[in-house]
Amino acid sequence: MGQDPTNGVTRGAAGAALALHRFGLGPRPGSIAAIASDPRGAVLAELERPGVGRVDDRGLMSSAASARAAFEARAARQAQRIVTERAKREAEAQSADGAGTDMARTAAVAAGAEGVAPPTAPGDTPERRNFLKEVKARLDAAFDAEIGFAERLVWFWSNHFCISAGTVPNLAGGYEREVIRPHVVGRFVDMLIAAEGHPAMLVYLDNAASMGPRSVAGINRTRGLNENLAREILELHTLGVRTGYGQDDVIRFANVLTGWTIISVIDNPEHGAEFIFNPRLHEPGPQQVLGKSYPDTGIEQGRAVLADLARHPATAAHVAVKLARSFVADAPPPALVERLEKTFLDTDGDLKEVARALVTSEEAWAHPRGKLKTPGEWAVSVVRSTGLRADPERFARGQASLGQPLWRPPAPQGFPDGEATWIDGIGRRLDIANNFAERVAARLDPAEILDTALGPLASVATREAVGRAESRAQALALAFMAPEFQRR
Amino acid sequence: MASLLHAPSRREMLLGSGALFAWAYAPKLARAEGRDPRLLVIVLRGALDGLALAAPVGDPDWVKLRGDRALLLDGKPAALPLDSFFALNPAMPNLHRLYRAGQATIIHAAATPYRERSHFDGQDVLESGFARPGATDSGWLNRALSLIAPAERVNPQGGKAFAVGPVTPLVVRGSAPVMSWVPQYLLPASDDTQARLLELYRHADAKLAGALAGRQDLIAVARSGKLDTMQAREEQPRSVGMARAREYFADSAGAAAKYLARPDGPRVGALSLFGWDTHNNEGAAAGILAGFLGALDGALAAIEGAMGGAWRETVVALVTEFGRTARINGTDGTDHGTGTVAVLAGGALAGGRVIADWPGVKPEKLYEGRDLAPTTDLRAVLKGVLADHLRLGERALAETVFPGSTGVKPMAGLLAFS
Repeated sequence: MGQDPTNGVTRGAAGAALALHRFGLGPRPGSIAAIASDPRGAVLAELERPGVGRVDDRGLMSSAASARAAFEARAARQAQRIVTERAKREAEAQSADGAGTDMARTAAVAAGAEGVAPPTAPGDTPERRNFLKEVKARLDAAFDAEIGFAERLVWFWSNHFCISAGTVPNLAGGYEREVIRPHVVGRFVDMLIAAEGHPAMLVYLDNAASMGPRSVAGINRTRGLNENLAREILELHTLGVRTGYGQDDVIRFANVLTGWTIISVIDNPEHGAEFIFNPRLHEPGPQQVLGKSYPDTGIEQGRAVLADLARHPATAAHVAVKLARSFVADAPPPALVERLEKTFLDTDGDLKEVARALVTSEEAWAHPRGKLKTPGEWAVSVVRSTGLRADPERFARGQASLGQPLWRPPAPQGFPDGEATWIDGIGRRLDIANNFAERVAARLDPAEILDTALGPLASVATREAVGRAESRAQALALAFMAPEFQRR
Repeated sequence: MASLLHAPSRREMLLGSGALFAWAYAPKLARAEGRDPRLLVIVLRGALDGLALAAPVGDPDWVKLRGDRALLLDGKPAALPLDSFFALNPAMPNLHRLYRAGQATIIHAAATPYRERSHFDGQDVLESGFARPGATDSGWLNRALSLIAPAERVNPQGGKAFAVGPVTPLVVRGSAPVMSWVPQYLLPASDDTQARLLELYRHADAKLAGALAGRQDLIAVARSGKLDTMQAREEQPRSVGMARAREYFADSAGAAAKYLARPDGPRVGALSLFGWDTHNNEGAAAGILAGFLGALDGALAAIEGAMGGAWRETVVALVTEFGRTARINGTDGTDHGTGTVAVLAGGALAGGRVIADWPGVKPEKLYEGRDLAPTTDLRAVLKGVLADHLRLGERALAETVFPGSTGVKPMAGLLAFS
C-alpha cells in the first residue's frame, strides 16, 4: 500500500477514517469529522446503543410466518392453475359440442369465484416481496448505521452460523433477525443454541429429518440418523476442524440432536415451520460426546452438549482467529488473536467483551490497511460514501454478481473473507462501480466523495486520477475503485 | 421433512461460484511432439457419491448394500452397462456414448490421501495436491503449470493473465499466471477507465494491478474471437431448480471449452460445480442426484460440442473431495465417506474402461465399516494425465505438484498415444 498515514493512529481524521473502514461499513458524508475527536470511543459507543444489532422490523414477518405464507401462496397458485386448466378443458369440450363459449366463460368465472386468488405477475409473488423486505431492512441498517461496527458483527456471526436462502428462502431473513441480532452483543452460547435450534438451520443442515435409529419413529419408519448438523456444529460453529473430535463423537452428537425438528406447514397453518422438539424422533439413552456422558434429558441433552462446546477452549481459539481475520488482516497479529481468545474464555463467551477487546487492542489499529474488503463490504461502503440509498433488488443482484449473494453462501462454512478468494473479482467490481457511477454522476461531486470516503487516506495519485478523469462518471468510478477504498 | 417447506433444494441453488480459470501458454514438450493438448479440471464440490455414478452391479453384495436404492441393469430407469461388472447412472447417456467410443475412463474406489470427512479439509487436499490439509496456499494445477516450459504465448494480447472472477478455486491459485471468466451480464467499464485505474494500481497496489490486468487480457481475447460471452447482455430471466442447474452447468462448461478450443486461447482450465452433498433424499436413480448427474452429462456434451476439432486433444478430469457412506443413511441420503470415482473424458484418452482394484462392499470390506474403501490414489490418476498429456516429469510431479508422492506412481496408459 506504500505510505500509510494511519499506522498506529487512533485519533484525528486519519484515525477516524481507519476506524470507519476497519471496524465499520465506511464513512457517510460527515462521518469522519463527527468521530475525529475520539474514533475508538465512537466505535465502542455503538455497542452501548439501546437495541444494538436490531433492525427496524415493522412490516416484517417472523421466519415461521413467512414460510407459512409462502406455502399458502404456492398452494393457492397451484389451485388457480388447476382451475384455469379445468375451465379451458371444459371450454374446448363445449366448443367441440357446438355449445359456444359463453357457458365456458361462465364456468371459469364461477370456478374462479371460489375464493381462489387471481394469478400475480410472474416473479412478483408474496414470497419474493417478503424476501425483498428482508433485504431492504438489512440494507437500511447498513446504510443508516453511524459507523457500522455492530452491523459488521452481525454480518460476521451471520456468516459464521450461515444458512442458505437457496435451501430456505423464506426463513433466511428472519433467521438473522431471530438468531444473530438478539445475541450480537450477548453470549456466544445463547447465539449457538438459538442458531442450532432454528428451523432454518435444522432444514439447511438436514437435522429436521434425522431420527434416532432406536427412537419410536426411527423403528416404525425404518429411517434414521443424518450426521450433517452434528458434524458442522463441531467443525464450523464451535471447535473447528482437526481439534480432536472423531467420527464417533459426530454420530453420538447426531443422536443427541435427533428430535430437534420443525412443525409441518402442511397441516398446521398456525404453527407450521416453527421449532419443535419431537421426543418420538429422539434417540433414547445417554450419549458420550468428547469423553463426557450426557444423560437422556430430551431437548436438554442437546443444550447441555452445546453449552459445553461453547465454553471449550478450541471454540475460543476458533472464534478468535476468525474474528481477527475478518476485521484486521488475513494473517492477523498473534497478540490480537491471543487477547480475543483469552477474553472469550475469561468472560464465558461474552461477545460484547470480545468485541470491545478487538477495538481496544493496539494491534487492531496499528496493523497496515491491507485487508481487501469483501464484495458486500465494498458495495455497501460505496453507497454509504454517496449518502444515497440503493434499490434493494438491484443491490442484491450486484452483490450476487460479485460472487457473494446475500444469505446464499456456497457451502456451510460460509463465504471466505481472504484476499485470495476475492481479488480476482476486482475487474467485476469496476463494472459495478462504473454502472453505479453512470447512474448517480449527475448528483455527485467526485472530489467531495473522495473527501467523504477517504479523507486523509486518499493518496495524491488517487486525487489526481479522479481530478483528471474525462467525465464525472469516470471520476466517480475511479474513486469507488481507488486502492485505498478497496482495502481497510 | 425438509421438503415440507417446499424450498428448492440447497443442491439446486449452490451454483453461483463456478468459474473458469485458464492458463495462456501451450506446453513446450507436447508442442514438440506435434500435439496441442487441452486439460480441463472440473472440481465437483460437496463429495460425489461414486457408487451412484458407477454402480458395481456385478458385485453380489451390491443389492444388499443399497437395497431398493441400488442402481441395476434391470432397474427403472435401467443403469447403462459399462463392462461385465459396472454400470453407469442412467442420467448420463453422453458419458456412456463417450465411454463406448473409447473417449471416457472411470476410475473407481479412488480417493485423495485425505481420510477424515470435512468438506473444507477434503477440498483443500484435493486442490492443493498436498497429503495434509492446510499445507499451502497454492493449487496443484497452478504448480504444474509453473513447471511447464511454455512453447509460446498462445494469448497474443500480452501482459500477465491473472484470474478474474468472483471466486478463485484453490486448485489454480499460485504463482503461474492465470486468467478467468465468469458469466457476464453487465456492460464492462470502458477501456479508458480501465487503463486509468490500472495506472493508479500500478503505482499503489501491485496485487490489485495484477488482478485488473489479467481481466483486460481476457476481454481482449474474447473480443478478438467475437465470443459473445463478454458482450453486454440483458439480465436473463432465471429458470428455477434443476433446469437452472442444467443451464448453469452447460453454460459454464461450454464457455470454458470455447476458450480452450480457440487457437489463441488458453490450454488449461478449471471450474467447480456445486451440488453433490446429498445428505437427504439422494435420488440416485431418478431424484436430485440423477438430476445433477444429468446436468453434468449435459456439461460434458457442451464441452465436446464447443471444443470442435480440439476435442481429440482434450482431457476433462472430474474430481471430488471424497465419497459418501456406502449405505443409505437415515434420511434416504448418504453422509460423508471416503472412496469414490474420478472420471476422465476426452478424445485424447485410451478410454472405454473402468479402472478399479475393487475392494468389495461386504460390511467387513468397508472403510471403517461404513465407506467404500479407497484402493486407488487419485494422485496416481492425475499424475498419469499430467505426465502423458502435458509431459510433466515424474520427479517434478512427485516433489512439486503432489509433494511427498514419490510412492504414488503415475498411472500409465491413460492417453491414446502414450
